[in-house]
Amino acid sequence: MSTIKPWLSVRPRRLPLSFRVDRRVPGVLMALVALMLLSLVANVSQGDYPVPPLEVVKTILGFPSNPDYAFVVNTLRLPRALVALLVGMGLAAAGAISQGITRNPLAAPEIIGINSGASLVAVSFIVLLPGLPVGWLPIAAFLGGLGAAIAIYLLAWNRGSSPVRLILVGIGLTSLTAAFTSLMITFGNIDDVSQALVWLSGSVYGRTWEHLWPLLPWLVVFLPMAMLLARDLDALNLGDGLAQGLGNRVEWSRGLLLLCTVALAGASVATAGTIGFVGLMAPHLGRQLVGPSYTGLIPVAALAGACIVELADLLGRLAFAPIELPCGVITAVIGAPYFLWLLYRSS
Amino acid sequence: MVGLGLGVFVVLGCLIASLLLGAADISPSIVLQAIFQFDGSTEHLIIRTVRMPRAILAVAIGAALGVAGAITQGLTRNPLAAPDILGINEGAALAMVLAVFWRGSGGNYVGFAFGGAMLAAVLVYWLGSMGRSGLTPLKLVIAGAALTYLLTSLTTGILILNQRTLDEIRFWLAGSLAGPDMAAIGPVLPYIVVGLVGSLALGRQLTLLSLGEDVAQGLGLQTAWVKVGAAIAVVLLAGSAVSLAGPIGFVGLVVPHVVRFAVGVDYRWILPYAMLVGAILLSVADLAARLVIRPQELPVGIMTALVGAPFFIYLARSRIKQ
Repeated sequence: MSTIKPWLSVRPRRLPLSFRVDRRVPGVLMALVALMLLSLVANVSQGDYPVPPLEVVKTILGFPSNPDYAFVVNTLRLPRALVALLVGMGLAAAGAISQGITRNPLAAPEIIGINSGASLVAVSFIVLLPGLPVGWLPIAAFLGGLGAAIAIYLLAWNRGSSPVRLILVGIGLTSLTAAFTSLMITFGNIDDVSQALVWLSGSVYGRTWEHLWPLLPWLVVFLPMAMLLARDLDALNLGDGLAQGLGNRVEWSRGLLLLCTVALAGASVATAGTIGFVGLMAPHLGRQLVGPSYTGLIPVAALAGACIVELADLLGRLAFAPIELPCGVITAVIGAPYFLWLLYRSS
Repeated sequence: MVGLGLGVFVVLGCLIASLLLGAADISPSIVLQAIFQFDGSTEHLIIRTVRMPRAILAVAIGAALGVAGAITQGLTRNPLAAPDILGINEGAALAMVLAVFWRGSGGNYVGFAFGGAMLAAVLVYWLGSMGRSGLTPLKLVIAGAALTYLLTSLTTGILILNQRTLDEIRFWLAGSLAGPDMAAIGPVLPYIVVGLVGSLALGRQLTLLSLGEDVAQGLGLQTAWVKVGAAIAVVLLAGSAVSLAGPIGFVGLVVPHVVRFAVGVDYRWILPYAMLVGAILLSVADLAARLVIRPQELPVGIMTALVGAPFFIYLARSRIKQ
């Protein structure tokens, strides 16, 4: 009868850092990384011009056996597949954090309106300033998402903020921004609009290295920052009073976490549009795999999100080939029923 | 009664204003001539084929949406309910888009709109009442938001598969009164009239029902039948409105609140007033949509959302205590 400790503690000697994760985390992480790489290779190998999976791996590693493969894989498909991974990570991590901050399992960024604010600003950019370099888009979307987040938080404040009001105000604000977005769609040039619409429903269609590079720094900065703040998030989850008692600067860490959410969600939305329900599904999946502690949950959710978006993109490309469905449509078709099921369970 | 008379008077005023004002400057005497002595000149054609159908449409659809909203709120005893919040309008819109996708535009697809509205209504009611706590206002609204999200992204998916459909209906999809002419309005109008008359007849029963299901049953009301009847009325009204003018949001949400503020909780009064106030609200919104950026115009659905969404937020702040 040996008892297995449910936790793994990590205390590096040199770094002023220590953390504790669920025992399941390393195994789950490795499995998810494997799944992620598999879906990446599957996504790159499928299409009009199929490339055998082994050749995909060889081409990515720099030993193409056929110059056509190099073009198809490295120029056309790989950047797109990588964008899908990064966007999935960003959305899922943002979802996990916003669920933690609001202590509400249903509060994904798309539900509480952050994504709609980001997409309004981004659509305005696509339609009004079609010549703008894509590098500016993440910054604009970040500001839009930040504006929406602040507006929702302030509007939902009625002698204290309540999770339910937060959701309802988010729904209202989403309709308001949606009205402005459809204004853009109605008056834009039809080609810009068509592009904006594909973008709006969440798609990694036609994404190139040029889209990948502006996205990368946001994830590189804010994903580790979110993981460092995960302990504060765990404390916040116990309630503001208890978190304060444990020595947590509540408002300060909540503000930083909110910044992470908005940055991750904003940059992802700017790159690939509103791919709905990833931020909702991935954290719940993660919680079932490794339990509720955020130190382990954030990386697990991020990887799960990457897998979801990658597979949704693959499905969207194959389901109605040669026409592609945006992966946002696929995730919504799967995610909305899941959301309703959560609603059913939580009541 | 005085209020109702006044309301009819204002609706007539809105009708006249919609005929008089627009992108082209046309003097009132010519407008009169166009109606009574039509001679086929450009101005007369504008009045007859553009402004008249539009004025009638604004009144009819405003009335339909206002009443549909009032019934929905009474039926679900929920201040935040309305056909657009619950996804009923989006269901009708998806069905219309499917119809245009398969058969091309120009046909009369009101049947599809009814089907879509009905499916969405059944679905949202079922989803909202799942679980142990039964049908709570909050769950209904959240289920409606998720359903709306799902239906909207299905609609978007179809539009992406087919750019022709997108170009034909994008203005309609934002909610617009500009499209249909009399030939398109004619076949749908009877459904709206039937829906309106039917719901006015349900006024007494709805008032009883709004006291709570048990009380209503105790007073001898066959609640199941009343609910089915009211649901059919909502589907008829919302479906015909969407089939003509696209999913115009928030009229159904705002109107019943304005009316209840004025006349209290008796649905025998709420319903006729909702009809009038809805007609007035949509006519004014449409006039504003036409005049703010003359000679261009905005889809009226955007105007109503600009007014209605802040109102929804206000309601969420003040009515939901939790």
